[in-house]
Amino acid sequence: MRVLVKGAGVAGLTAAFELAARGAAVTVVETRHCLGGNASWMAGGMLAPWCERESAEQPVLDLGRDAADWWDAALPGHVTRAGTLVVAMPRDAGELDRFASRTSGYQWVDEDEITLLEPDLAGRFHRGLFFPGEAHLDPRRAMAALHEKLAERGVEFRFGIDARHVAGFEYEIDCTGMAAGDERLRGVRGEMVILCAPDVSLARPVRLLHPRFSLYLAPRADHHFMAGATMIESRSAEPITGRSMMELLNAAYSVHPAFGEAAIVETGVGIRPAYPDNLPRVERQGRTVAINGLYRHGFLLAPAMAQRAADLVFRSDKPAEYADETDSQRRSA
Amino acid sequence: MLDLYGTKLPSRLLLGTAQYPSPAILADAVKASRASVVTVSLRREMAGGRSGEKFWSLIQSLRLRILPNTAGCHSVKEAVTTAQMARDVFGTNWIKLEVIGNHDTLQPDVFGLVEAARVLCEDDFAVFPYTTDDLVVAERLLAVGCKVLMPWCAPIGSALGPVNATALRSMRGHFPDIPLIVDAGLGRPSHAALVMELGFDAVLLNTAVAKAADPVGMARAFGNAVDAGREAYRSGLLEPRDVAVPSTPTIGRAVFQ
Repeated sequence: MRVLVKGAGVAGLTAAFELAARGAAVTVVETRHCLGGNASWMAGGMLAPWCERESAEQPVLDLGRDAADWWDAALPGHVTRAGTLVVAMPRDAGELDRFASRTSGYQWVDEDEITLLEPDLAGRFHRGLFFPGEAHLDPRRAMAALHEKLAERGVEFRFGIDARHVAGFEYEIDCTGMAAGDERLRGVRGEMVILCAPDVSLARPVRLLHPRFSLYLAPRADHHFMAGATMIESRSAEPITGRSMMELLNAAYSVHPAFGEAAIVETGVGIRPAYPDNLPRVERQGRTVAINGLYRHGFLLAPAMAQRAADLVFRSDKPAEYADETDSQRRSA
Repeated sequence: MLDLYGTKLPSRLLLGTAQYPSPAILADAVKASRASVVTVSLRREMAGGRSGEKFWSLIQSLRLRILPNTAGCHSVKEAVTTAQMARDVFGTNWIKLEVIGNHDTLQPDVFGLVEAARVLCEDDFAVFPYTTDDLVVAERLLAVGCKVLMPWCAPIGSALGPVNATALRSMRGHFPDIPLIVDAGLGRPSHAALVMELGFDAVLLNTAVAKAADPVGMARAFGNAVDAGREAYRSGLLEPRDVAVPSTPTIGRAVFQ
């Protein structure tokens, strides 16, 4: 079966992977000239469904629970399974209790246990939450590796191409996010900063809770850290604002003062496509399957969405619409 | 019925629209609360290219009165500019005026507030000033043209509830005919019921609903509490007494034992 995947973000790449694995002849078209420049490129890469449950609904946990396994199997060596550490400054200790009351899959850790997990945070936090089942990856490396692996397996990539100019496919998978033009979608702007702090080492993503400016620091190679991410109801892709930058840097500095000496390597803005319920959808219309609305959970939810899209392509006799399924899950949540 | 700047409103609950898990949950929560006014905050980067219009249209589809606010403004100039942008974006002259004086407590800068209120009232805005429970400031706000007052009962988002009920009571006593809305600091439905029992005309809240484990259920609870407090106020509350009074007379026993 010849399948066209439109869009080379995390949704498109994972869909191509699932389809190719099931024997489809896959072509990926991307209007940009290379990987990147999309929301996935700006992602944190946290595979943290238990933490996300703090504000996300149950389907995000259900659909994201196996994401780390999927990525580990697809790209051995890329996934770090070291959990997530959640901390708060002493005066915001109530935020930890609130976070704990909304989530599961954690254990409380005291100052000594935090030191064992993250020696660089010794003495900085008295109490925290540790989510041992969570994982993280570097989104850009993962996307590049997935691209390479797919190309090796015979998936054709055509960059800088408008999908309207290609034809001859039995199925189309639309993974173009905001560009899909779905009227129900809105953009949620996320701003991030990449810092290089040679004096800091973290083994896992650290989330700092604050009543107003929550932040996560996702460790990357060579003492690089991504600090993110704001959530603004806007599809403006203008550069990061002073206020957001200040909030992110302030929060990073509160986690460790050495971030005050960090080099600001990059700032970025991504526009996350979201449906009104902030839950993803896989929908089939004729010979087109659309994956969209991954919101702030691209790397976490893309594998499950890709599997569902492939199910729809390969079991086209089955009229299952997974959007309905996630809808009913939401209502019962 | 609640009358704010000549608009009659069926509900005495005003609900904020920030920090919900999703716009869908926000919409369900607003319905469950039976609020008739929703507040929206206009961040500057959202106004420029109308790039946030999708969220606005979701809010507008609720078909409720919209009260834009100047949240996060720290100066008179900033607040006035934001109010003018909000008038363009939402097509209303209503503005909840916030001029923040302290970054940590989000306490209003009452001096800047009076000045910004004066500028906006002269420009035909219907100003809803977010103020403290200070009576002198309240008088100044009325003098420059405000016809509604919105005192805090505790810092924004603190969920502390009325920390100074005496001050709120005294405010009600001083301004018997001005609509008074408690804005900020409510954490529980019982807090809302309490300030409504004190005779306040309405309450405005956001975080207590948006950050609840089940925002829709909490919105309904607040709606009921506001109704209960209002009805209690209108029905005349029993003042506390020092002795127990049996609700059923005990017949056949000596009275003084």
